[in-house]
Amino acid sequence: MDRIKSEEKKQVRKEIICFHCGDVCREDHVVFEEKDFCCNGCRTVYEILKDNDLCNYYDLQNTPGITLKSRDYDEKYNYLDNKEIQEQILDFKDGNTAKVNFYIPVIHCSSCIWLLENLYKLKEGVRYSRVNFTKKEVYIDFNPNEISLKELVMTLTTIGYEPYISLEQEVRKSRKSINRSLIIKIGVAGFSFGNIMLLSFPEYFGFEGIDDILIQRFIIWLNVLLSLPVVFYCSTDYFKSAFSGLKQNYINIDVPISLGILSLFLVSVIHVIFSLGPGYFDSLSGLLFFLLIGRWVQSKTYEGLSFERDYKSYFPLAVTRLVDGTEDAVPVNSLKKSDIIRVRNGEIIPADSILISDQASIDYSFVTGESEAVQKEKNDLVYAGGRQVGASILLRVQKPVSQSYLTQLWNNEAFKKEETGEFETLVNRISKYFTFSVLAISLAGLLIWLTIDMDRAWFVFTAVLIIACPCALSLSSPFTLGNAMNVFGRNHLYIKNTHVIEKLTHITHIVFDKTGTLTESYSGNIFYEGIPLTEEENTWMVGLVSNSTHPLSRRILKNYSSAGADHVVMDITNYQEFKGKGISGAVDGHLIKIGSMQLMNGDGGLTNQDVPLKDDDIDEDLRFTKVFVSIDGKIKGCYRINNLYRKDLSQLIRTLGEKYRLSILSGDHEGERESLQKIFPDHTSMLFNQKPEDKLDYISNLHQVGDDVLMLGDGLNDAGALMQSNVGIAVTEDITSFTPASDAILDASRLTDLDRFLRFSHISKKIIYISFAISFLYNIIGMSFAVFGKLTPIVAAILMPASSISVVFFATFAVNTMAKIRKLI
Amino acid sequence: MSVIILLIIFSVIVATAFLVAFIWAVRSGQFDDTKSPSVRMLFDEDIPKNDEGSNKESKDDR
Repeated sequence: MDRIKSEEKKQVRKEIICFHCGDVCREDHVVFEEKDFCCNGCRTVYEILKDNDLCNYYDLQNTPGITLKSRDYDEKYNYLDNKEIQEQILDFKDGNTAKVNFYIPVIHCSSCIWLLENLYKLKEGVRYSRVNFTKKEVYIDFNPNEISLKELVMTLTTIGYEPYISLEQEVRKSRKSINRSLIIKIGVAGFSFGNIMLLSFPEYFGFEGIDDILIQRFIIWLNVLLSLPVVFYCSTDYFKSAFSGLKQNYINIDVPISLGILSLFLVSVIHVIFSLGPGYFDSLSGLLFFLLIGRWVQSKTYEGLSFERDYKSYFPLAVTRLVDGTEDAVPVNSLKKSDIIRVRNGEIIPADSILISDQASIDYSFVTGESEAVQKEKNDLVYAGGRQVGASILLRVQKPVSQSYLTQLWNNEAFKKEETGEFETLVNRISKYFTFSVLAISLAGLLIWLTIDMDRAWFVFTAVLIIACPCALSLSSPFTLGNAMNVFGRNHLYIKNTHVIEKLTHITHIVFDKTGTLTESYSGNIFYEGIPLTEEENTWMVGLVSNSTHPLSRRILKNYSSAGADHVVMDITNYQEFKGKGISGAVDGHLIKIGSMQLMNGDGGLTNQDVPLKDDDIDEDLRFTKVFVSIDGKIKGCYRINNLYRKDLSQLIRTLGEKYRLSILSGDHEGERESLQKIFPDHTSMLFNQKPEDKLDYISNLHQVGDDVLMLGDGLNDAGALMQSNVGIAVTEDITSFTPASDAILDASRLTDLDRFLRFSHISKKIIYISFAISFLYNIIGMSFAVFGKLTPIVAAILMPASSISVVFFATFAVNTMAKIRKLI
Repeated sequence: MSVIILLIIFSVIVATAFLVAFIWAVRSGQFDDTKSPSVRMLFDEDIPKNDEGSNKESKDDR
């Protein structure tokens, strides 16, 4: 991909789209059967599908495929032949039937469903496969005698659907959907609500003269019967939560709700028993119905994404261990000190070890966000979490998996704390005052009426308790935040739950990780601009830069070698390095200078202006570094090197800097301090060479000075800090790839919208306040009915649903309108 | 008038039957994934059983 493009080539280039995956193809892309493919992987998949008559795949959706670039899977799945591991993965195995459930994060369209469900055409032995799109899982029933688990996984991987197999698999198995019981409760409440309403209809229209006392009694007792499941089954969650709150001397929103439910039910039953009236069963069941719907809206999450992953979900299930010269796949947890393990291309090093092989090239991109592979020599200590690139290596384990440098982070108490209870939601804060004022009003009503009319007094007392049930109050926040969550989701910010939005409004301090968060994690392009260099001149460049260890030289060199340039050892005389400016030397009698404009001092040829760069644009300046080239005193042009800082970063930082305190935590050396200082305000604290624990400690120190922290990070090394902060957002280039445990996952390309997201969370909070006001208004109306002793069942049956519905409508409408105004949808 | 009682009893029984059906549907996981069935029903072929069915035919259909 890194290819030096001379000016002519760089001009108008019509975009060719890969037939399989839809990526933009390079000039040297693969053409097969008059179709364009971006890489051989995509072509292979096309061929496989075509040979098996599966080309429907491409008709259902344009370019549905998953790019196979940079995916290595040779030998990676050998461990799947291990019986013990198979048992962990398979749901069921007996004779010639085996069933397995794979999580495949890349499932994204109808074509995926179609292909995965037609897997049986591709491979003998697969009997049946079925996709769960929301969970991004595929359930496969196969014959292990015809196709082994390993072959199955390999097949999926070859067509681009690599399953995600990890230790977490065991957790996934036990995770049952809590939503199911909630849906059943909604169903039951709706059933009771509908039937009770129907049976109460005569009452509503004032047909009090149903002469037949038998029918009247029958209807009323049927209502009692129908309300029993509502009180004793549907409301259990509210009672439980209220009870556990009260036990801790804490009044949450479920306390007044439970109070309302209980008083509604008891008063109604007393009315029925003493033939005082028909009771409030319709209000009661309607109330529960709406409350449960609110709860359901709030509980909706992104099931396809996982916010809880720790290192276990990232580390492999098994590793190849060498015992007396024989290789054997063993579960990673059974690794002990001084075991010898083999790690193949693309595999992850599971434990801190010493390198036995001569050389290794290890990619720590998941840990630090830095994609450049690190070179290691024999006897070097290799930390767990890196991915070996290249030939397989042998390692001697130094520490068991759970005690490695990286994984011991998870032993920190930040990972053990329970999150609930620590954060007081808006609704819960209000419910305290609400409960006490309701009790006060009802007691006042009772006392006043006792002096006027003894019989009415108890009725008023209970009526206040009934009508004051904060149904609308408790609905406003789920519906507002649930809709706001959808708005964020459409903008590629995926939030774990609705509380996170509330927490976002409290943030006072934003902490950024540098590599992978502020910078892009893949190495960007290097362009050469100016007078095109001849072949010979290019080899001179290679010769000169290979002498320098400066990062920019390394990148230019890497760029040349990936473009296929041969590494020729050349005679360079007079080689000089000028600190902070560049390098110079003579090759074949030609004086060559490579470096900044200052180094070119006095040289003719092109000037800074000739190279099309907007120098005054700070963003452009930050994103690109220009390295000039001069040969024999003539400036030929410059390399434009992408500094990897994200687009429009300075704009974002400027707006955020006005409202929040900012910090940067980087695991890197201080090299970038200067360029960061250009865009970050002066009060920003920048810390470099931060270990994972340091990051975590920094956040807890901020807590101690009273800051509410938003942390943005991407790698496993940020996991501690993300966990410790009030809101941790994992930034990722690819939503389906691994992200550490966090409160939200943000698509890296939308990082620059962060301030808009924060502003929208404040707007959502205002909308909640307004819906509170609306529900209070209804409460005041209802109360006035109640205290004057006029709250008949029919008034309650109208007022209570009306308040709930209007709050729901307002919250939904307001959030969506505001999102439209803010151009978020 | 007491026929109304009979009617109400019947209507509640029918409603209960639907409620039971709903609960069964939720329990059996029909509400777990609402996206794929909607797509799946538009595919040309039947859900694969053991036999290799009419894939040629469907290819021509499209």
